[in-house]
Amino acid sequence: MPFDDSLNLAWIILGLPLLSALAITLFIGRDGRFSAQVSISAVVASFVLSLGLFGLMQEPLRLAGHADATPLEWLNLGRDLKIEIGLHLDRLSLLMLVVVTGVGSLIHIYSLGYMKGDRSLSRYFASLSLFMFSMVGIVLANNLVMMFIFWELVGVSSYLLIGFWYEKPSAADACKKAFITNRLGDFGFLLGIIMVWGLLGSVQFDELQARLGKTPEALGGMAALAGLLIFFGAMGKSAQFPLHVWLPDAMEGPTPVSALIHAATMVAAGVYMLCRVFFLFGTQSLWPGPLAWLDGWSALDLIAWIGGFTALLAALIAVQQNDIKRILAYSTLSQLGYMVMAVGLGGPTASMYHLTTHAFFKALLFLGAGSVIAACHHEQDIWRMGGLKAKMPLTFWTFLIGTLALCGVPPFSGFYSKDEILAVASHHSTALFLVATVVAFLTTFYMFRLLFVAFLGRERSEAASHAHESPRVMTWPLLLLAVPSALAGFWGIDTFFGAQLQPSEVSHPGNILEQIFAPFGHAPLAAMFGLGAVVFGFAAAYALYGKADSDPLPARLGDFARAMRDRFYFDEIYESLIGLTHEAVARLADWFDRWIIAGLGIRGLHGTTEILGRGLRLLQTGNLQTYAFLFVAGLVLVLIFALKC
Amino acid sequence: MHVGLEHYLIVSTALFCLGVLGVIMRRNLIVMYMSLELMLNAANLAFVAFSRFNNNLDGQIMVFFIITVAAAEVAVGLALIVALFRKRQTAHVEDLTTMKL
Repeated sequence: MPFDDSLNLAWIILGLPLLSALAITLFIGRDGRFSAQVSISAVVASFVLSLGLFGLMQEPLRLAGHADATPLEWLNLGRDLKIEIGLHLDRLSLLMLVVVTGVGSLIHIYSLGYMKGDRSLSRYFASLSLFMFSMVGIVLANNLVMMFIFWELVGVSSYLLIGFWYEKPSAADACKKAFITNRLGDFGFLLGIIMVWGLLGSVQFDELQARLGKTPEALGGMAALAGLLIFFGAMGKSAQFPLHVWLPDAMEGPTPVSALIHAATMVAAGVYMLCRVFFLFGTQSLWPGPLAWLDGWSALDLIAWIGGFTALLAALIAVQQNDIKRILAYSTLSQLGYMVMAVGLGGPTASMYHLTTHAFFKALLFLGAGSVIAACHHEQDIWRMGGLKAKMPLTFWTFLIGTLALCGVPPFSGFYSKDEILAVASHHSTALFLVATVVAFLTTFYMFRLLFVAFLGRERSEAASHAHESPRVMTWPLLLLAVPSALAGFWGIDTFFGAQLQPSEVSHPGNILEQIFAPFGHAPLAAMFGLGAVVFGFAAAYALYGKADSDPLPARLGDFARAMRDRFYFDEIYESLIGLTHEAVARLADWFDRWIIAGLGIRGLHGTTEILGRGLRLLQTGNLQTYAFLFVAGLVLVLIFALKC
Repeated sequence: MHVGLEHYLIVSTALFCLGVLGVIMRRNLIVMYMSLELMLNAANLAFVAFSRFNNNLDGQIMVFFIITVAAAEVAVGLALIVALFRKRQTAHVEDLTTMKL
């Protein structure tokens, strides 16, 4: 291979954050500022190298579609299972790599301002570096097992980051919740990997694809189940219903962490993984015995509906949240639901497109929210903000760009990616298309509610009236993120991904004017519905919150609004469900311990011995003649026995 | 009537059983002691009978030994019983239950 040497750049990109994490933890942990510099330079260097690699790979991409860096063999169990740590470079991983390291770099720099003065700065940056390492590992993995390893590493480092302020009980609980909820999904993922390996005899993506291409029915009746199991992993990481509960709570971590983990990288890992193994999801809708009631549904159908349901549910909840970060968290959930739905509807290109643009504008929104929170002395309730537009112009304008992109206002990036998803939905399922439109409406509604309440109107608290613009180290990343948030729609990201994921459906874009109006050309219905949803959402938000000092919705909607505010009681349901299960299991264990182990085992043994002892004691009379009699009787018995034989 | 080995052995067995019964049933230590002697002599009878019918003197030598040992045993046993009687004022087995814990 002529590209061998340059490809090994990928190893350096992967290794730098790990090196930084190790160096900080082992050697320079005492100096917080120096640790921060090391961590930041590592991730920025990774970003620059990623850009370089991206450029170098253009040629091989055009020729072969993908290339692999020299792999290391890790585990070799005969010819059946060979696992290597290898880096797979194709369009999917390359662009994702650039996005992850790029957004990651900006967030690292922003953290320097946001976390200023924290006494555990070096621990923070070490965790951040470890997280970057794990995330880059997921992106570059060339087989399922390696991906799973880094998948778990992401889980661990997110646990460290969410629980960074571990002395706060809520943060300590949130990190445990995130980790355990993720483990639930990962268990399914692991089962899925084992099933795929068992049926196809390989865990490497290329090989799997080749084998499936040769014999499409190789997965047999298990195809749908294997797909669903693998989806469980994505369900945990990308926080899909019913494992969505961890993400909003994870907002207990520092805001840059929320931006990094819960906007651009970790939660995107699930969607990325789905696109990576998209070839596994056939259209088979046959299920093994106990799941026969699912016949007629393919794994993709289920994925699409779960995604759609999550999108709708999270959007409804977001409408009645008052914590600025929680609104964004539920918005993230909702957008992830969108992406998962797009994958399920057979549109991985649209999904990855939205993932990329979403990474930009959601990171922007989170960082903007962080800037607001820092300015208001860690006040997170939007009803205690207000009037921030005049005091924090930079934050406001960048936040506005993020909001417009998220809502899908042309010509901002979100419009194009969301439009692709709507177009896919309109082609495949009318019901899901309507759900998606409603979600788009709700998205605009809650985002402008946030914007009106937090930035416009009058100051509603002491903290808000004393707010001032954040330092430059925090506003520059906002500005830098605002650029792709606004413009990423014109960079041909969809055609770039499409060339790999759905080569048959790629259209070639024309000049910039044509690009702006492209959505109205190829799927006018979807574009019109999307725009209509934005207009209605904006109008509703303006009417209700344009000049509001308190939330008018609870009075109008009553119980429903309360249910939305209380997140439809999922946490409470889970809590009681888990409580009941624990209680039942504990009761069973208690019963077993009391009756089987203590009763039958210990008391039974002791009782038998005692009864035997009591019986035998009767024989010991102390009477000489009894002994003599027994002795003679025994002798007679022995004699009878001996003589008989 | 010809008297054979079986007749001697039957007498010996009868004597032995009487001895055993005496040891088991009688409550007086002295009588139990005499019953024990009866059992020894039953054995002696069997030895002598075997010796006579097998034309082998070993059995008779054994009998001498047994008689000697029995005499010594009687001396020791009677001494024990007398000592016991002095201590407990009884030679009745049912009063001697110190072996019961």
